[in-house]
Amino acid sequence: MASKRFDVIVVGGGHAGCEAAAASARMGAATALVTHRADTIGEMSCNPAIGGLGKGHLVREIDALDGLMGRVADQAGIQFRLLNRSKGPAVHGPRTQADRKLYRQAMQAAIAETAGLTVIEGGVEDLIIDEGRVGGVILSDGARLSAAAVVLTTGTFLNGLIHMGDQQIPAGRTGEAPALKLSDRLYALGLTLGRLKTGTPARLDGKSIDWSGLEMQDADADPVPFSFLTDRITTRQIACGITRTTAATHDIIRANLAKSPMYSGQIGSVGPRYCPSIEDKVVRFADRASHQIFLEPEGLDDDTIYPNGVSTSLPVEVQAAFLRTMPGLENVVIRRPGYAIEYDYVDPRELTQALEVKRLPGLFLAGQINGTTGYEEAGAQGIAAGINAARLAGGGQADVAISRTEGYLGVMIDDLVSRGVSEPYRMFTSRAEFRLKLRADNADQRLTPLGIALGVVRSGRQAAYETKARALQQGFNLLNQFSITPNEGAKHGLSLNRDGKRRTAYELLAYPEIELSQLRSIWPELAEVTDGTARQLEVDARYAAYVRRQDEDVDGLRRDEAILIPADFDYATILSLSTEARTKLARQRPSTIAQAARIEGMTPAAVLVLLGHLKATTAALKSA
Amino acid sequence: MLAIACLGRFWLVWVAISSVSAYAKAMADTSTIFALSSGAGKAGVAVIRVSGPAARETILRMAAPEVLDRRAGFRRIVHPLSGTQLDSALVLFFAGPRSETGEDIAEFQVHGGRAVVRSVLEALAHVPGCRMAEAGEFARRAFNNGKLDLVEIEGLADLVDAETDAQRRLALRSGGVLSTLYEAWRARLIEIAALTEAAIDFSDEGDVSTAAFNLALTRAHPLLRDIKAHLEDGHRGEILRDGFRVALLGPPNAGKSSLLNALARRDAAIVSELAGTTRDVIEVRLELNGFPVIVADTAGIRDAEGAIEQEGIRRSMSAAREANLILWLSETGFESPPSEISRETMIAIRSKVDLESPTTLQDYQDDSSPTLGISTKTGAGLDGLINVITQQASGALSDFDDAPVIARARHRAQLEIAAASLSDALGGSSDDLELRAEDIRRAAHALGRITGRVDVEDVLDQIFSRFCIGK
Repeated sequence: MASKRFDVIVVGGGHAGCEAAAASARMGAATALVTHRADTIGEMSCNPAIGGLGKGHLVREIDALDGLMGRVADQAGIQFRLLNRSKGPAVHGPRTQADRKLYRQAMQAAIAETAGLTVIEGGVEDLIIDEGRVGGVILSDGARLSAAAVVLTTGTFLNGLIHMGDQQIPAGRTGEAPALKLSDRLYALGLTLGRLKTGTPARLDGKSIDWSGLEMQDADADPVPFSFLTDRITTRQIACGITRTTAATHDIIRANLAKSPMYSGQIGSVGPRYCPSIEDKVVRFADRASHQIFLEPEGLDDDTIYPNGVSTSLPVEVQAAFLRTMPGLENVVIRRPGYAIEYDYVDPRELTQALEVKRLPGLFLAGQINGTTGYEEAGAQGIAAGINAARLAGGGQADVAISRTEGYLGVMIDDLVSRGVSEPYRMFTSRAEFRLKLRADNADQRLTPLGIALGVVRSGRQAAYETKARALQQGFNLLNQFSITPNEGAKHGLSLNRDGKRRTAYELLAYPEIELSQLRSIWPELAEVTDGTARQLEVDARYAAYVRRQDEDVDGLRRDEAILIPADFDYATILSLSTEARTKLARQRPSTIAQAARIEGMTPAAVLVLLGHLKATTAALKSA
Repeated sequence: MLAIACLGRFWLVWVAISSVSAYAKAMADTSTIFALSSGAGKAGVAVIRVSGPAARETILRMAAPEVLDRRAGFRRIVHPLSGTQLDSALVLFFAGPRSETGEDIAEFQVHGGRAVVRSVLEALAHVPGCRMAEAGEFARRAFNNGKLDLVEIEGLADLVDAETDAQRRLALRSGGVLSTLYEAWRARLIEIAALTEAAIDFSDEGDVSTAAFNLALTRAHPLLRDIKAHLEDGHRGEILRDGFRVALLGPPNAGKSSLLNALARRDAAIVSELAGTTRDVIEVRLELNGFPVIVADTAGIRDAEGAIEQEGIRRSMSAAREANLILWLSETGFESPPSEISRETMIAIRSKVDLESPTTLQDYQDDSSPTLGISTKTGAGLDGLINVITQQASGALSDFDDAPVIARARHRAQLEIAAASLSDALGGSSDDLELRAEDIRRAAHALGRITGRVDVEDVLDQIFSRFCIGK
């Protein structure tokens, strides 16, 4: 049988798979991306949009590590909107509606131009396991591909079951037969699995919609790109329509609840609270007379409409009936009905911070298989898994873990591997304890240096970043060279608190009412600082006081994250810990002291004792 | 430990490229922590320890113009802002790493009284970079700096746990009122946080209007008011824990020590411990009719010229200041107390009714100081005195069941942070929503240190049950 050798094999061509494969290749690993069909790489299988609150941060972080999603979305975006624009930059959420075809094409082009990355069409039947480690994959035609690391990004293929009314269709991804041997292999590992549910709305024929009476939502006049390398958006921008459910809609849904698998008891698994089906909305929020529904075009030359907000698993005839009660949809034609899908996921607590399966070294999991939802969450895990797989394949360790203090990526992976999930995990800015520090605007400052150190950032971005960082440092230095007393300031029209304190130009920039132009008129030397640089410094200055106040917490957390607990650490011998604490630790197996400290019921004293024992064990190992 | 190595490399690159975050980093510093490191209310001398980079600064601002390593000095302790004298104390400094925590340590050996300890702790919080230590934090720092071995760690952990136990017992003693109260506040704060976070994370949802944050502020007002009222509780919890303090004052030979001994021997009194001498102040911890009472015997007060005696008198006055009740003893009941002594908390006592007296009681009673007569020789009037003390103690602790009291200085510190942060959230511009959200998070974090963490899942739960999210 044919056998080929790679460093890293990535299974799956979705958003996690693309980032994993491209990152691995950028790291210098000979990488194969194995997918059923090369022409579905980069497919947006659900909502055709990228970014949003929290999610937009993840896209910026992927971009800061030279990933693909940001640049691809900048080419495919057809309705850029900066969410929370009226609020401070720390909570801005870049988002765009995307043209599905443009997105797929741009992603496939980005994959094609990545050096060291081979795309292989085929189904993966099984894993090669060699002395307790992953050694590659076996394709359905029997071909064997060997590799030191394998990244599985197979989405919802584990025991997938589609529900539509009382119809049930076993399915991996729609139209693709699930790879049974591969799933059997995963089940045989004895990993803890959970079951989740998610849903999707019907797709509508745009020509059958009466747009004339609908409220329209335009794109921003000045679209803000995702990628730090994109200067401006050139793709044509479109508007989305907004309609609403009516009393008649709710009546139809209520009358047919028994036909919804969610309510007939056919589906027992948990769906996301932040993305409820329309059945759920009508039942749980019975007091709401109406719900907003966004009608989002799937492309510039595609008149398929994605009705955002009406995901459902009702029978198709009921879907048609309730849709037609909404303004503008009176004669709507359904192109593809909505459905709910149930699937197994691997409890992410089975993974290390590097997303490697603890029980099977060399195997990495990324994306929906880990219980997450969303392209951005998948892509971000993909890049982390790709980096670590490539390090492992290169003879190093899968040991790159971004800290919670450095990125949403770190927050997400830490949440997943230390706490597991109870519903499909989605990113929110609320999850980041250092939100004012982890901003979309400074993702490059936070992560590109790490990316450069790791070798995942290519030279073009490195040069661009270093130029920008130098300008910021010079600007910062210059702004700190000049200072002024409140009295002197008054002469220049600045109203400052008369406390006699000198304030630097940098400090003044943090005042919302003081403009750079005013400072330039006081100190002409500041002309050297460009508008772009000043804007960034202004944002930094705005949050500097708050960020400083958090620095102690940041340092403490970072110290705790750096203290690793061996995977086989024996908690049973720590008799001075309570039985409860010992049981919890043994079950959850935290990989760092930071994770251990977050386990419920761990007192400061217990953490101290654990630290002491860790140190004693490590010392004993060294002397042995 | 490759992760650490990798991190190290990252920092090198970070610094080399000197990204702008380097300046934020450069200003970062570990905070300085302080705490009472001797037990509360037990000893004549209380040791307050300060560890961290600002330890030296605390001495400079509060005790001495220069700091000498590993040398003790007897110093006036003053408030760093007002300059008011708080106490006189033995002050020591140990430069890191040759110290217990491996950091710079300042040690203030102050008088063991509750008021002194409290005022010094409160003063330390005003030295920039200083804050009250968390449970086990000194030990943690010592451990981080390689100053503790496993055995010591386990011992310290026991202590930390014991301290927590004591808190729990106290909470139980107040009938669980405290934990119920704090839990209720936590729930209210979660709601406030949920309304705020919803306005940030789900602002694009039809169901979340901009009014959410305004509602959060509306809810924050009464919560802030409640926390503030709770903070103004006259320190009753601390009285309950440490004991009701009675100071015996008077001229030399007024019979103060005899009274102390007599009280301790009465049937109504159970002597729980005889504390060591505090230079010139002797304290005895008693239970009088079930109330924990600490009786302090002091040096006699008179116009003294000798420096040593003056110091003794100064300490007597200090004991008087921290007392909940002052018994001013004189042989005849005639002597008037020094003007500094608060008449509100003072009862004048004729201490030797067994001796011939030139006048009758009525003649020297004045309206502000009802006078009792006792004799330690005959035992006359002692039961009456004990009743008076018990009544006063019970009065100081009254309403205890109605309004829960704060049990520990550490709780008080966290509640103060929570109140200040809520106040920031209410006072700041609501245009800067993300900054106000940060204030609310800080408040939740502070309260969470007493009641248990406010988890983001709690907040999300609230959001998803209140708003229909998912456009």
